Amino acid sequence: MMARLVRAAQDPIGPLAPTRITLTVDGEPVEGVLGQTLAGVMLSADTVAWRSTSFRDKPRGAFCGIGVCFDCLVVVNGQRDVRACQRRAAPGDVVEFHRDMPLSTPEERP
Amino acid sequence: MTEVLVIGSGPAGLAAACAARALGRRVVLLDASDYVGGQYWRHLPPERPARREAVLHHGWSRFQAMSQALERDPLCEIVTSAHVWAIDAGRVHVMVGEADGAGREARTYAAAAVVFATGAFDRALPIPGWDLPGVFTAGGAQALAKGERVAVGQRVVVAGSGPFLLPVASSLVQAGSTVVGVYEASHLAHLARQWTARPWQLLATPAKLLELAHYASVHVKNRIPYATGRAVTAIHGGQRVESVTISAIDETWRPIPGGDVVVAADAVCLGHGFTPRVELPIAAGCRLDARRFVQVDEHQRTSVAAFYAAGEITGIGGVDLSLSEGTIAGHMAAGGHLEDRALRDARARRDALRSFAERLERAHRIGENWTDWLSDETIVCRCEEVSVGRLRSVAETSRSSGLRSLKLQSRAGLGACQGRMCGRSVETILAAAAPGGHLIDESTTDRRPIATPIRLAELAFGNDKSVEK
Repeated sequence: MMARLVRAAQDPIGPLAPTRITLTVDGEPVEGVLGQTLAGVMLSADTVAWRSTSFRDKPRGAFCGIGVCFDCLVVVNGQRDVRACQRRAAPGDVVEFHRDMPLSTPEERP
Repeated sequence: MTEVLVIGSGPAGLAAACAARALGRRVVLLDASDYVGGQYWRHLPPERPARREAVLHHGWSRFQAMSQALERDPLCEIVTSAHVWAIDAGRVHVMVGEADGAGREARTYAAAAVVFATGAFDRALPIPGWDLPGVFTAGGAQALAKGERVAVGQRVVVAGSGPFLLPVASSLVQAGSTVVGVYEASHLAHLARQWTARPWQLLATPAKLLELAHYASVHVKNRIPYATGRAVTAIHGGQRVESVTISAIDETWRPIPGGDVVVAADAVCLGHGFTPRVELPIAAGCRLDARRFVQVDEHQRTSVAAFYAAGEITGIGGVDLSLSEGTIAGHMAAGGHLEDRALRDARARRDALRSFAERLERAHRIGENWTDWLSDETIVCRCEEVSVGRLRSVAETSRSSGLRSLKLQSRAGLGACQGRMCGRSVETILAAAAPGGHLIDESTTDRRPIATPIRLAELAFGNDKSVEK
């Protein structure tokens, strides 16, 4: 496990018991903690990529973590283009990955 | 009537709101996040309580005192999840609701005075492989550690330039990551020259020196290697980060042949300084200074009457400078006088800390030959996936020296982030490739009349009920 949630027992801040929630991420049930963002839930499960780029079909996930870069876009409950690092996870959220059909690369354009 | 509108609730914005309230003005404090504190005091939401969250922060008691005083105060309205998307003719247009939501509440504020405290975000220079999952900005990794308790990786490389890399490494260690090393691009001799010049100036800023000493002690205690004159010049991996190339670089940041080492890592944090969030001040007509920060005078006034600015948008200087500037901006926006007793302390601190900030800027400025680590295939604009080779060939074949035309042809900087991530790097690369070696138009990538993307339906079926007042 590489990206992960800090284990409560080892966390110097002494977290109190969290409220568990369940989401559907890319068709699979994923457990999260109430108060996490969608990016937080996915990174806690070591999911680091949740979007394919439009031109080169490359994997992307969180980059700036503060809502500036728009790399972490997901589809939430049918709504496209939501920054996963800015949206708090709600119980039952259905998160789908942005997978655009590869178009031409800028290099291939006339 | 809103008397003072403060945009941004980090240290500068909170201090501005408190100062304006101290003079009895009605204050509205806006922030795009769902909690106040900004990036510096980014914290866990109330759904995730902890016994000792203060250990992750500096000045936590100051934050709590300011934010709680404002929350209790009936004449201060704090509006979180407030996305300011435009300013025109002095009116501030806001969508209030979930980030990237639909059908949010539209509001317009026309305040007697506005304080911009919109802060800054990390600049990450393009590097081959910087678009791989597992690469984060340094501030992003810290935000995830402080605001989510997420460790972005097990073996993490931190690279870039500036003292901010130290607290980022500290946050990673507190989240249980192993920091493989902190690689500072500036050379030790250069840093020493800047830091030891005029040492008496440093005596005026003991808090800053103590903060640096604290981070240095965290480094020693956790045996985090710290190297200068080194840069991450390539990031490798298939579907995510697997290793990085660390190069010895000269004082201009040009990689030195034979100076490469490849180390295994599963995450990389990049921070080559900061980019101020200046689109709202620009939209309001405020002038920028030569370094492209918002120009302010002694009163923290911008070049436009009734608009003030404080914090990192006026120059990168850290939390204490932001608090001092915020106090002065809020006081002046509320109709106070510069000579008032209430500002004596803040003015003295601001002036001492500004010279500290200038010292930082000289010590950690970006070396002009960083572009030597790029290859033609390196992605510069992450959104539109425009490569270095594409940018250079557009500049060469079009023979254009106009930024706007080059952007439209290459599509660099036209994607979802509106050029926030790549804009200044795109300008550098295009300028070098353009005829004459520079761009001719006055335009920069900082100009964004629509400050944040909003859904067309929200514009078309707007429900703006609150044209003030």
